[in-house]
Amino acid sequence: MLAMSHAGYVAAGWGISLTALAAYAIRTVRRGRALARQVPPEDRQWT
Amino acid sequence: MTAPYAAGSTSSGTTRILGWLSLAGLALLLAYALVWSPADRAQRDAVRLMYVHVPSAIVAFTACAITTLAAAMWLRRRSEGWWVLGGASAEVGLLFTAMTLLTGSIWGRPTWGTYWDWDPRITSTSLLFVMLVGYLALRRIDNETGDAAQRGSRGAIVGLLLFPNVVVVHYSVDWWRSLHQTATITRLDPTIEGTMLFTLVLGIAVFGLVFAWLLVHRFRVGWLEERIDHSGLDEALVERRAEAGVGAAVGDGGTV
Repeated sequence: MLAMSHAGYVAAGWGISLTALAAYAIRTVRRGRALARQVPPEDRQWT
Repeated sequence: MTAPYAAGSTSSGTTRILGWLSLAGLALLLAYALVWSPADRAQRDAVRLMYVHVPSAIVAFTACAITTLAAAMWLRRRSEGWWVLGGASAEVGLLFTAMTLLTGSIWGRPTWGTYWDWDPRITSTSLLFVMLVGYLALRRIDNETGDAAQRGSRGAIVGLLLFPNVVVVHYSVDWWRSLHQTATITRLDPTIEGTMLFTLVLGIAVFGLVFAWLLVHRFRVGWLEERIDHSGLDEALVERRAEAGVGAAVGDGGTV
């Protein structure tokens, strides 16, 4: 990776993408947990 | 509203399997994209950005197709499931469209010498991004009468236009003069091969898994939001009826 040409661009592209995906995934799961506490179990058919 | 229900989540056995497969796939993809696949003769190592850019674009276009289908089905059946699916798919699609534009822009600098150009494919993809934002905004904006069906219809009409725009994005390189190359892997004789082709296909498969995982979770979040909205509405109706009942009783008492 260190000997790679355009390493900064490659790192920025992958870094931003993976960070965005991880941040969105964490936010979605956390929101799901918070909402699930407000809904009776019978309305959560997937559990 | 905070009711003391047992702790829960949007996870299930299927999403756990999907999640672990996605993580393992991402690790393998990183190894192929950054280490094991060779540099390109023309693009050199900037080609490694293609293994995130192209899969992001394909997933974004798939999300738009699902949103258009959900919008059409919602207009036809007015069922809650299609409504929630449309919103979930559009939101996840917006994320992948943003990633497509960002990684494309970063790739453009070392290969084209510029971060941005009003090339037909970039312009039509930007339009897609704006349409997704508009679709999500229209779903949230309340109208004067608070009519959910009317608000949903306005959003759904924008939703219907998403997939036709994806077709424009796809064929823009053939219809107009473009900096982008024409089809690389969708043709019968792909212009890349070997480890590079494998890495690209792996990227599409892994991003497909990540998209599926995100979509299921986001759909369930939307479903829970609808349940809470409805229960709030039901409580308000009960309160209104109780107040009306009290008012009627007082009124009756007054006539005695």
